[in-house]
Amino acid sequence: METTRRSFLKAGALGALVLAAGGGIYRAVHTPRLERFVLDGEARAALEAIVPAMLAGALPAQAGERKAAIGAAVDGVHTAISALPLAVQKEVQDLFGLLALAPARRLLTGVSGGWTNADPQQVTAFLQDWRLHRLALLRSAYAALHDLSLGAWYAQPASWDAIGYPGALKELS
Amino acid sequence: MTSPIIPDPIRAGLARGWKVVDGARLDADRSIEADVVIVGSGAGGGVTAEILALAGLEVVIVEEGALRSSSDFKMREADAYPSLYQESAARQTRDKGVKILQGRTVGGSTTVNWTSSFRTPAPTLDHWRNQFGLFDYDSESLAPWFAMMEARLHVSDWQAPPNENNDLLKRGLDKLGIQAGFIRRNVNGCWNLGYCGMGCPTNAKQSMLVTTIPSALEHGATLVTRARAERLVLRGGRVDELLCVALSEDGVAPTGRLLRLRAKHFVVAGGAINSPALLMRSKVPDPHGLLGKRTFLHPTLISAGIFPQRVDAWAGAPQTVYSDHFLHTGAIDGALGYKLEAPPLHPVLLSTTLNGFGQGHADLMRQFPHIHGMLALLRDGFHPASQGGAVQLKDGAPVLDYPLDELIWDGARRALLTMAEIQFAAGASAVQPAHETARRYTSWAEAKREIAALPQQLHMTRVASAHVMGGCAMAGDAQRGVVAPDGRYRELDNLSVHDGSLFPTSIGANPQLSIYGIVARLASSLAQDLTGQPAPRVTA
Repeated sequence: METTRRSFLKAGALGALVLAAGGGIYRAVHTPRLERFVLDGEARAALEAIVPAMLAGALPAQAGERKAAIGAAVDGVHTAISALPLAVQKEVQDLFGLLALAPARRLLTGVSGGWTNADPQQVTAFLQDWRLHRLALLRSAYAALHDLSLGAWYAQPASWDAIGYPGALKELS
Repeated sequence: MTSPIIPDPIRAGLARGWKVVDGARLDADRSIEADVVIVGSGAGGGVTAEILALAGLEVVIVEEGALRSSSDFKMREADAYPSLYQESAARQTRDKGVKILQGRTVGGSTTVNWTSSFRTPAPTLDHWRNQFGLFDYDSESLAPWFAMMEARLHVSDWQAPPNENNDLLKRGLDKLGIQAGFIRRNVNGCWNLGYCGMGCPTNAKQSMLVTTIPSALEHGATLVTRARAERLVLRGGRVDELLCVALSEDGVAPTGRLLRLRAKHFVVAGGAINSPALLMRSKVPDPHGLLGKRTFLHPTLISAGIFPQRVDAWAGAPQTVYSDHFLHTGAIDGALGYKLEAPPLHPVLLSTTLNGFGQGHADLMRQFPHIHGMLALLRDGFHPASQGGAVQLKDGAPVLDYPLDELIWDGARRALLTMAEIQFAAGASAVQPAHETARRYTSWAEAKREIAALPQQLHMTRVASAHVMGGCAMAGDAQRGVVAPDGRYRELDNLSVHDGSLFPTSIGANPQLSIYGIVARLASSLAQDLTGQPAPRVTA
């Protein structure tokens, strides 16, 4: 599968440095000693931009329903992260801390001008790039976002009709 | 409140006064003394607890997870994964190359497994005799122990026809002239629902949760839940006590309360990642540097087939058909062989396993009723270069470093090809291997050409595991195993290991019955050593 690689992603080694430094900076500012994951500000905005890209084709089309569905999926991701071991929560916190840093966002994702009004095509393109990236760190970051977003979506009974899944025997569930 | 449809034996036992201490509810530190402390309540811990309690010993079982039972099992992935699995069913190897499913609840993985029951294959035991000096681990010597545990746990032939998901595996194999077999299951009065992985809502699955643990509790054992075994305190070549930290209601953070468990003897049965990690944190003597090494996973490849007819892979007994053909096409210590099975599919499990995202992913999910799942479990640990992984500690928490090497990738390529061929033979209209750059292939000819060329690499090929084995290997001598063939840790007088971490290689089959049978023998000899009386025989 051929992807259109943009030049900022060819700066692989530099990207890795930023990634490492980004996590470090975020930790220095937030002093997390194995604390629980917090999803706030730009980190939440990043997830609100990533979830619709992951769930494209699965979300409802009507604007109001779509907004509510994205909100529910983002909340589901937050719930899922909160149940992970604290050491893993810290890793995820570092990833979102990095995504929230403007220079890292621009260099590693190519998303210009903040997450709140991110161009969906840019978001999809960066996820495609991370998915097959030569840096294992970015591939595994993609995998985490993949599992969290899709897992949170399909965990909800509201998503089951569309995929023909009846759910378990009602009398026992 | 309405009365439940299904009687809950755990709630009934609690009402009768079982001794259960919930770590999350402790408001002060606590000390408990007993004859034997058992770490873990899964296949190894459960079997040991029942045998020792029946022998009249005072037993304390400590479990990191919570005590959940049929009333809690609602067959919803959203609840089941965080509450019943290690790391919300998202445990991974160090480089995130393999996803690991392990239970973390009373009953351990037996509470959430898919009930597949195989005796340890004879070729595996032959290899253990030849390579690890385990001379009394032959099929004949173990047969009575397997028979005892099969009777105890109702392991028997599955009477209902396979569901379509399993029958497709059978039909594909038949078409290709490859031998298939039927999987025996540890169930009693199974409703054929298909939700074994979320905790059995009808108590039909004969997991440790509803068999050996209740039996041990009836015989006076104490169960400590939501408590993480932190460290064994050593004194003069013996284990003096076990320190445990109490965990919060959600099992995520320590509450600050401590438990000190003192006993004459300690049995470690926390599973093949947590058992070696506990011993490593405790700095037990390990003169040959073997502890936590040679950890095996049955690295598992996944193939999705799309069929014209409905498959409904979520419905019905999850794994009832298998084939060992590809375990026997080469030498056991040659290129990795694999076992074939058909796993249950549910929305979270399937959606996170399918590669890609967005429209293409959504389109495939919409075909869920027509999707067939197949697994190939690679038999690791037999080829001289197949050394498995190593458990490491990261801030005290265990992480398994399991490098995926050429041997694995060679096996992965062959396994993905085999599975596609079987799915097409069974009538699939398309096959999509779980691989980032695989496409949906519409003929065997196309799949054969394309799959052979897929890059087999870290994060490109999906690899999963539900079988963690090794890390505290037993062997005939100290150079090859930290544990002696009688289950005793060689370097300490009063410590045994009774779980899958004992195995010096992978099993080459779903390991639960191997653990039940082998541990039943170890626990019986331990009971005799500790009481001076013949061990009791357990019955259903």
